[in-house]
This record gives sequence, structure tokens and C-alpha cells, in this order.
Amino acid sequence: MENNGERFVEDQYIIKEDDFVVLRRGDVYKAVQIQKKRKIIFEKQWFFLDNAIGELYGTTFDVVSGGSLHPRKAKRAEVSAEIKEAGMDNRNIVDDGKSQKLTRDDIETLKEQGLKGQEIVQQLVENSTTFRDKTEFAQEKYIKKKKKKYESAITILKPSARIMALMYHGREPGKICYLRYDTLAQMLTLGNVHAGSKVLVFETCAGLVLGAVMERMGGYGSVIQMYPGGGPARAATDSFGFPPRFQQTLHEFPLCKVSALLAGTLSLDEEAKGAAGEASSQPGAALGDREEGRAEDMETRATEPESENKEKERAKESKAQEKKAKMEERRKKLSAAAALLEGRNADGLLIASRFQPCSVLLSLLKLVAPSRPFVVYCQYREPLIECYSKLRELGGVINLRLSETWLRQYQVLPNRTHPVLLMSGAGGYLLSGTTIECDPSPASGSQRPDEPTAKRRKLHASEG
Amino acid sequence: MSFVEYSECIQEGDVVIIFLGHESMFPVKVQAGAQTQTRYGAIRHSVDLIGRRYGSKVTCSKGGWVYVLHPTPELWTVSLPHRTQILYATDIAMITMMLELKPGSVVCESGTGSGSLSHSMLRCIAPTGHLYTVEFHQQRADKAAEEFREHKVGHLVTVLNQDVCKDGFGVSAVADAVFLDIPSPWEAVVHARTAIKKQGGRVCSFSPCIEQVQRTCAALAEHGFQEICTLEVLLRLYDVRSVTLPLADLGPDDPAQAGPGEAPPSAASAAVTCRTAIAPREMAGHTGYLTFATKSLA
Repeated sequence: MENNGERFVEDQYIIKEDDFVVLRRGDVYKAVQIQKKRKIIFEKQWFFLDNAIGELYGTTFDVVSGGSLHPRKAKRAEVSAEIKEAGMDNRNIVDDGKSQKLTRDDIETLKEQGLKGQEIVQQLVENSTTFRDKTEFAQEKYIKKKKKKYESAITILKPSARIMALMYHGREPGKICYLRYDTLAQMLTLGNVHAGSKVLVFETCAGLVLGAVMERMGGYGSVIQMYPGGGPARAATDSFGFPPRFQQTLHEFPLCKVSALLAGTLSLDEEAKGAAGEASSQPGAALGDREEGRAEDMETRATEPESENKEKERAKESKAQEKKAKMEERRKKLSAAAALLEGRNADGLLIASRFQPCSVLLSLLKLVAPSRPFVVYCQYREPLIECYSKLRELGGVINLRLSETWLRQYQVLPNRTHPVLLMSGAGGYLLSGTTIECDPSPASGSQRPDEPTAKRRKLHASEG
Repeated sequence: MSFVEYSECIQEGDVVIIFLGHESMFPVKVQAGAQTQTRYGAIRHSVDLIGRRYGSKVTCSKGGWVYVLHPTPELWTVSLPHRTQILYATDIAMITMMLELKPGSVVCESGTGSGSLSHSMLRCIAPTGHLYTVEFHQQRADKAAEEFREHKVGHLVTVLNQDVCKDGFGVSAVADAVFLDIPSPWEAVVHARTAIKKQGGRVCSFSPCIEQVQRTCAALAEHGFQEICTLEVLLRLYDVRSVTLPLADLGPDDPAQAGPGEAPPSAASAAVTCRTAIAPREMAGHTGYLTFATKSLA
């Protein structure tokens, strides 16, 4: 029994075929799926991941000739340990471009001979006329730089919100609305995202925020992704490689149906029809579509001679059945998501999109229970100022906070500690707050009676 | 109520957060028959709290009102009784994400201090993870353990009263993550390595001084930790306000057109108003450096 349990635990640490993994070389990451005989190009190198299967996550591999991976078992002695001589300062070092005796071609030849990165770096050091005159610090820096260029060690990691956020921020920040990883971290904390809760997510960050939320919930509770347009975008979410049981906790709901949902006029049949064909946001149009479709169907059936082979008919029928089943599936999923939302008791709301946040925020807040947190990310400050002002005016929330985080990395070395020379200038802005119970004026219709302004002033006074 | 699970209504024995106004709140343990005094008057637990929905407005005896909120680790952080310096949400957020905490994670922490970070970690690792928290101060350890029970997260945490630098975390090869907030973290690095699973894990050390960071980084490298990275995260809060800027009077285009001695009527009093966000004159400029590292496969 115990042995079985242990084996199961061990199992998750082993790289398997079809796993979603992250490759790391230095500070660069790439998310890929492990597939046999599939060529991967990463940092100007190509290789196959076949040999990684069966190894443990966290293993570092060398790329050997023929593009196969070779796990690196023992750590080799560092080159830096071999430094014997060093100069005092750089007064005798002249930049004449002649200090390295090895030519480009020489290096290529070394590579072709199958020399490992470490050995090439050693060659470079030995053939540098100025290396011995460099200071100890400069020598270390030189080796580090050359190592980065010639050593081809690749580490295979299990995806996590940290790694995915670092990867997207480093490689494709435009795809995640320039959401910096520390800002994402703030969202998860301010949103009190945790197992067992019901969280609404609206994002256009390739599914990174959704993935981070799902990771924090660990497959307990439910996540409802509100999506714009034809369907939810989840490229980054897929790369997390969540176990199948997580899928059962993930729901989706089209943003274009939110107004109908809030007004109580949402019709699921329409939606199923709309989703199957074109995304039609107008109920009237969808209804028209359906009738037209039916009429056409009848017409074709009428004109078809009965002698036509029945197989064609049967194929058509099964196809129609399939389509119907799919539609039914969609309808079921939609109605499940709608049921979750209709309770208006979500435990949290996270927004991180390229859309103007104000109207979305005001609508979605109506679906959140009182005494629950919400967080809105925006790359720009002004839209959040608008949200802040509007929420102050309407009430229903407290603890409103507009914030930004600064992030600074440090180089830590004996006697040479200082901030890293380049830092990120902007990580985006957050508006966060806590919902409260609305004053007992049941919003039966969509129109909400304006409250007297005196009351609002009093609220502000007591808050300030 | 639990710090790791929401509930809709207030029950006897719950810990609720009484929200008086911006940044002004305190926790209260709900007991039938008890009363709590606020600057707006008394709150009677049996009538005003028990059975009420979280997030509702409660009118106090003097006519002022407050909101009663469901506790969250973040609200707890800004309202807990301080026994030590504490970590705030900005650093906590970074720590929890960079340590890759999620449901099921096993975490070791030292010291427990006032339990601000512990509550956040427990929220992340529930319902299947576990926190081993080590505090060398007996009273603080006892108080923390009592709070965890009161907050209904006691089953997720083991509090140990010992010196982490001497005695470690009391476990080996079980942790996915280790967090150190002690005066000499470099002395505990070896214990962090022992505590982490053989398949690897993450470590974080929080230190206010750069000298501590240097020694910690050296110790981490010496014990085979990789991806060592030190960073600092600062919160910048903004105040949303309307500001009015007077328009400067540049005079008329053609002075000849204006009547002699006649002042232009509007220019002197003209102004524009805009909504803007202002950073406070003073802000927290330093909390501590966060050093992260990965323990790779043995």
C-alpha cells in the first residue's frame, strides 16, 4: 500500500511522453510538449527530446551530435578554479581585436571535432593573450560570458506559474499585456485565490492568469473563465500541463451573454445554436437563423428523390446526430457555467485584459458575493483611475486600492554587490478591493435607483 | 469560517474582521452575549453578528456603522496583533509565487514570528499540504499554535519550538519549499537542504541587510543550490484625486482690440480640473531582500 503510494508520488517527477515541460538554458525558457522524433529549436540549437523520457524533472542535458540529449550526471570541476595568474587592473589591456588567437573557423572546427562547451571555453582562455592580465573579477566575467555562449546545457523543468510568468514576460510580453510576474503574484494574493473557492477570471493574457489561478486552486473548487469573442484563449494554460481532473473544475462563459445573464433574459437554446454556427450576440438574429436553417433542411429533403442511395442519407444523419450531440454538450456546459454564475456568489474576481476595464468590472462585480476580494490589472493607470472613481460613486466596495509594484534584481558577489544594471521600468497597475453587501434596495430590474448623494458623502467621510 | 474556506454567514466562534474605514480594522472573536466597543459605539455579538451575512453593514450603538468582513490572510496581515516585525502582502505575494506554493505543497518556515506569512502559506497549500513552522521563542510559538487552531487551520500546521540554526526543521526530505526569516539564515541553509525533497525544491530567505544576503548567497552556493537570485519588491500606492490647475494668462492676441483698461474677464479665473493618481509624499522604501534558489536533483 505504502509502496504504491510512494511510487505514485515518484511518478510525477518522471518525464513522460506527451508531458508539457519547460526547457531552460541560462535565463531563457521555452514551453514544449515531449514528443518522440520531434525536432525542437531552442536558442539556435536543434535537438530531440526522446532521451529525456524516463529521466527526472530538473535533469540537465548536454546536446550531443545528432541532436540527441545526454543527461549530465556528475558536476564537473569549474574552470574558474584553475585561474592562477591575474592582473591588478586594466591599464595594460588594449582593445585591438587581436587578443584572441583562435579564429571563428578554428572554433567551428573544434565544435565539429565534438569538443564540449567546457573544453571550448578552456581553449579560448588558453588562446587569449590578455586573459592573464585581466583582474580576477574580469577573468571570472570572461569565463561566464564564454560559457553562456558555448555551453549547451539544457534543463527540463516541470511547468509552474513562476516559470510560465517568467517565460512569457521574458519572451512575449505583448501576449500577456505586459503583466510582469511580480504583478501576477500580487493578483493571486490580493484575490485570495485558494482551493475550494469559486473564482471568476477575465483575461486576455493567453491564459497565463487562468493557469496561475488553476495552479493555486489545485483542482478544488471552480474557475469560470469569462471570454471575449468566439472562444477562450488558453495557449499558456495548456502549457501548464494540468492533470485531467482540473478540466472538470474549469468553466467558460461568453462575455457577450453577461448582460443577458444579469437581466435574467439568458436563453440557453439560443446560445447553443449561436455557438454552433456563428457567434451571434443578438437573440433575434439567432432565432431567425434557426428557422431559416430548418426551412432549408426541409426543402432539400423534399427535392431529393427517394431512390437516392440510403447510405448518403445515413451518413448525413449520423453527422447531424454528431453535431446535435456536440451542440447538446455545449449547451450543457454553458448551462453549468450559467448556473454557477446565477448564484451571484463568486468568491473572487480577477481581470487582466486589453479591454477598457470599467464596464466589465462593474458588470462582473454583480456576480461576486459580499466580503470577497477583486483585482483588476491594467497596463495603464488612467483606466483604473476611472474604475476607482466610478466605484467610489456607486458604492458596493470598500478597501479600494490603486497600486503598482517596483521590482529590482541584485547582483550578489563578494565585494561586488549592487543592483543589476538593467531593470524593468513598468509592471502594470492594479486596482483591488473588497465587495460588501448592497444596501437593501433589491435590484430587481437592470435599472438601479440612484441613491441620495448625502449617504455617499457620509461613507467617504467614515472611510477617510 | 476558516482561513482556508469561505462561508456565507457569521457563526459563533468565528474570527471576523471589523472594518471601520480605510486601513482601519481589527479582528474580533465572535461569542454569544459578548460586546465589542468601537469608536462608533458597541457591537453586540448575538444581535449584530451571529447569523448575519459576511460583508454586511452593522450599525453600532452610537449610530455609526462598520462592515463585518470574512477573514482572509491579507486582512489578517493588516490587523493581527504584532509580536514581531511582520511580512506584508507585497513580499508575501512574491514569496508564495516564487516558492511555487500550491495545494499539496509541504513547506518549512522559520521563524513563525506573528504568523503573517504562515497564514498566507496555509491558504495556498490547503487542503492537502502541510506547514512545519519553527520558532525559537516559546511564547510566540504557543500563541501562533493557538491562533492556527482558532482560525481552523491547525490540522495543516506543525509548530515546533526550537532553534532552526541548531536543530533544523525536525523533518528531512519532505519539503517542496523552505522559507527563512531569521537573523543568520546562512546557518540554517544546511537544514534547508536536509528538509527539501530529494527530487528538489525551492528556498527563499528574507533579510533586511545586504551583508546578511551576501553570506546567505555564499552558503547557498556552497551547499549546491542553483538559480540563486536576489530581488526586492516595493509597493507604490496611489491616491486618486481631482486636481485643479489654473490657466496662465498669456494676454489677448491683439492688445489693440482690447479696450483700454479693460481686463479680460475669464482668463484670470480660468482653470482646468483633472482626475489623477498621486503617490504619497512618503512610502516604505525598504522591507527586505528576497533571495531565492533552487535545490536541484541530488
